[in-house]
Amino acid sequence: MKHVGEYRDGALAQGIAAAIRAEADPMRSYRLMEFCGGHTHAIARYGLEDLLPPQVRMIHGPGCPVCVLPVGRIDAAIRLAASPEITLCTYGDLMRVPGSNGDSLLKAKAAGADIRMVYSTLDAVGIAEREPTREVVFFAIGFETTSPPTAMAIRLAAQSGLSNFSIFCNHVLTPAAIRAIVAGPEARRDGVKIDGFVGPAHVSTVIGADAYAFCATEFAKPVAIAGFEPLDVLQAVLMLVRQVNQGRHEIENQYIRAVTANGNRKAQALVAEMFEPREAFEWRGLGALPHSGLRLRPAWSRFDAETRFEIETVAAADHPGCACGAVLRGVKRPEECRLFGVACTPDSPIGACMVSSEGACAAQWSYGRFRSPAASVAAERVPA
Amino acid sequence: MSRDLFRSRLDLVGGRVEMTHGAGGRAMAQLIEAIFQPALANDFLGQGNDQAVMPLPRSGRLAMSTDGYVVSPLFFPGGDIGSLAVHGTINDIAMSGAVPLYLSVSLIIEEGFPLADLDRIAQSMGAASRAAGVPVVTGDTKVVERGKADGLFISTAGVGVVPPGLVLSGDRARPGDRVVLSGSIGDHGIAILSSRENLEFETAILSDSVALHDLVAAMVAAAGPHLRLMRDPTRGGVAATLNEIAHQSGVGIVIEEGTIPVKSQVIAACDLLGIDPLTVANEGKLIAVVDPAGAGSLLAAMRAHPLGGEAALIGTVVEDDRHFVQMRTAFGGGRIVDWLAGEQLPRIC
Repeated sequence: MKHVGEYRDGALAQGIAAAIRAEADPMRSYRLMEFCGGHTHAIARYGLEDLLPPQVRMIHGPGCPVCVLPVGRIDAAIRLAASPEITLCTYGDLMRVPGSNGDSLLKAKAAGADIRMVYSTLDAVGIAEREPTREVVFFAIGFETTSPPTAMAIRLAAQSGLSNFSIFCNHVLTPAAIRAIVAGPEARRDGVKIDGFVGPAHVSTVIGADAYAFCATEFAKPVAIAGFEPLDVLQAVLMLVRQVNQGRHEIENQYIRAVTANGNRKAQALVAEMFEPREAFEWRGLGALPHSGLRLRPAWSRFDAETRFEIETVAAADHPGCACGAVLRGVKRPEECRLFGVACTPDSPIGACMVSSEGACAAQWSYGRFRSPAASVAAERVPA
Repeated sequence: MSRDLFRSRLDLVGGRVEMTHGAGGRAMAQLIEAIFQPALANDFLGQGNDQAVMPLPRSGRLAMSTDGYVVSPLFFPGGDIGSLAVHGTINDIAMSGAVPLYLSVSLIIEEGFPLADLDRIAQSMGAASRAAGVPVVTGDTKVVERGKADGLFISTAGVGVVPPGLVLSGDRARPGDRVVLSGSIGDHGIAILSSRENLEFETAILSDSVALHDLVAAMVAAAGPHLRLMRDPTRGGVAATLNEIAHQSGVGIVIEEGTIPVKSQVIAACDLLGIDPLTVANEGKLIAVVDPAGAGSLLAAMRAHPLGGEAALIGTVVEDDRHFVQMRTAFGGGRIVDWLAGEQLPRIC
C-alpha cells in the first residue's frame, strides 16, 4: 500500500505539473500520444488534463485490447459460442463489445450460449478440468502482457493431458501498432502529427525498453516509458516536453522500477516457444497490419480453437457513424464523433472504444464529459 | 405441535432440505419448528397464524420497503445472507428517518441445501433482528427443485414509522446543501469479492453490513429539521447514490476526493481488480444531504455515534442543469463520477 500512496501524492503532482507549465513553450505544441489504455484511464480518472497547459495535448492511442479487436473476431467468437458443446470463457470487458447487427456475447449468453466470465486464463483451464465433457475455449486477447499467461495456461493444460481446452487467439503486438501510427497514411499526410509517445507500462516489463528503438532511429520520435500511476504519467510528460524542447528523440524510461532494456526474457521465451507471428492481423481502426498478431505454432495446434473448430473470420464493417478507427489512430477526439454521448454511451455502446474503461471514448464520457457540455446534455438521463 | 408428531428429529448436522420441507405437510412444520421458531422467536411470530397482528402506531406516517437477497457466497467475511437480509431492509426503512418496527421474511430454498447452513442463516437473522430490536413477525418458506435456485434466496420486507413533521426525500437536495458520508466506503463489495470462488484473495476487510437505524435516530435528533434526505449507498456504491440524488433533485453535486474515507486495503483490492471504490457496494454506510445550517451539529452527532466515527463532509450540492456529479481529484484535476456501466459485481447483495 505504501507504494500506491507514493505515486498518488497530490503535492508532488502539483510540483511536476508546475514544471511542465514552466518548461512547455507556449509558442509550440506538444502532441503526445499515450499508447496504453491504462494511461488513458489514469489521465481521465485523476483529471490530469486539467493540470497540463493548453499547448500540451494528450492523444489517446490504440493500446486497449478490447478496442482494437475488429468486429469480425467478435462475430467469430459469438458463432463459436453458439455451438452447443462449447463453453466460451472470456474477460468481462469483451461481453459488451458490439459485433455485427448489434450482437454481443452478452446477448448470446442471454439467448442460451454457454459463455462464462473469468478473471484469468487459469480459471478457464480449471473449468476444462472440472467439466471434461465440455469443449472449453478461452477468448485470448491482449498485448504482450497477456500472451505469457495464455502460454502458461496452455503448458499447464498440456501437462495435465487436457484434451478439451483450447484458445481463440487474438494476441497482438505493440511495436507493430506504434509503427503503423507513425508510418501510416495520416502521419505521411501530416493528418496526425505526434511529437512523442508515453510508452507502455506493463507491456514494456515484458518486451523491454529496447523494443521501441525504431521510434527514435527510424522516425525521430521520442518515447518515455511510464508506469500506470498518475505521477508516472505526469513525469513522463515532463520528460517528453524536455526531449522536444532539446530536439532529442530518445527512448527514456520513467518506469525504471519495473522496466529493463531487455524485458522479461523468460516470458519472451515462453511466448516464442508456443506462438508465431501471423502474416497479418486485422486491427480495428488500423486495418490489417503485417506481423502484428500471434497464433499458436503448428506443434501446439491442438490447443488452437481456430484449427479445432474451423473458425472463419469474416471481415465486417463498423457502424457507419462510428469514429472508433479515427479515435484509435489519434486522428479524432472522442467528442468529435457524431455518435459520442448521443447514440453511443457506456450503457449502450456502438463502438468498442466506449466499452472498455480503458477505451478513449469511455474514459472521456465517464470522467471528462463535463468539459464538453454541448455533446452531453442531450444524452444525460437516468439509466433504466 | 410437539416433536412426537414427527417420524424422526431433523438432522441439523448432516441433513439436507428435501422437497417435502416445502410441501405444506408435517416436514414443513417440523422445519419451521426446529429452525425458524427458535431462531426468530418473538410474540408476534409466536401467534402462529398466517399473518402477524400488531398494534397501530399512535402517530406519524408508515414507511414500508422490500428487498430480495441473492448474495453469493452465502457466507462472507463479516456476515451472511441472513444478517444482510435483516440489515438491508432495516436500512431502507431507516433512510426515510423512520423507526423500523417489524420485518417479514420469505425464503426460497433449493432442494439439497444443507440443514446446518439453513440453521446457521436462521440463527444469524435472529441475532441481527434481536440486536436491532426489530422482530421478524411473519415468514414463509418454499423449496424448489435442485438446480432451480442457487442454494438460497431471501426476501425481507419491513415497516416503520416516520416521526411527525419529518420529511426526507431524494428530491429535496438544494444548491448549497452539504453532502455527508457516514464512514469508509467499499468494504462490503470487497469482502464479497475476496471470498468469491474464482477470485479468492487475502484481505482483512470485513463486510460493513449493519443496521443503521440507531445512527439515523441520533442524526434526526441532532439535525432533523435541517435534514433533506438520507440514502444508503448499496449496489452501485456512492457513485450511483449521488447520481440518483442529483437526478431526483434536479441538481449537480461536487465532491472532494481527499475527504472520502477509504481503507487502504480497499484501495489496494480495487486497484488489483480495476474497479473504482466509489462504485463498490456498502451495507452499513449512509449519505445524508443537509442544509448548511445543520451540517455542524449533524456531523458532531454522527461522529459521537459508534457507526459514524469516520463521518465526513464530502461535498456540496450545486446548480447544474446537466445533473453531473463531479469530483475534484486529490491531484487538483476534475472528473465526472458516473453511474456504473454494465455489470461490475453480480450478486453482491
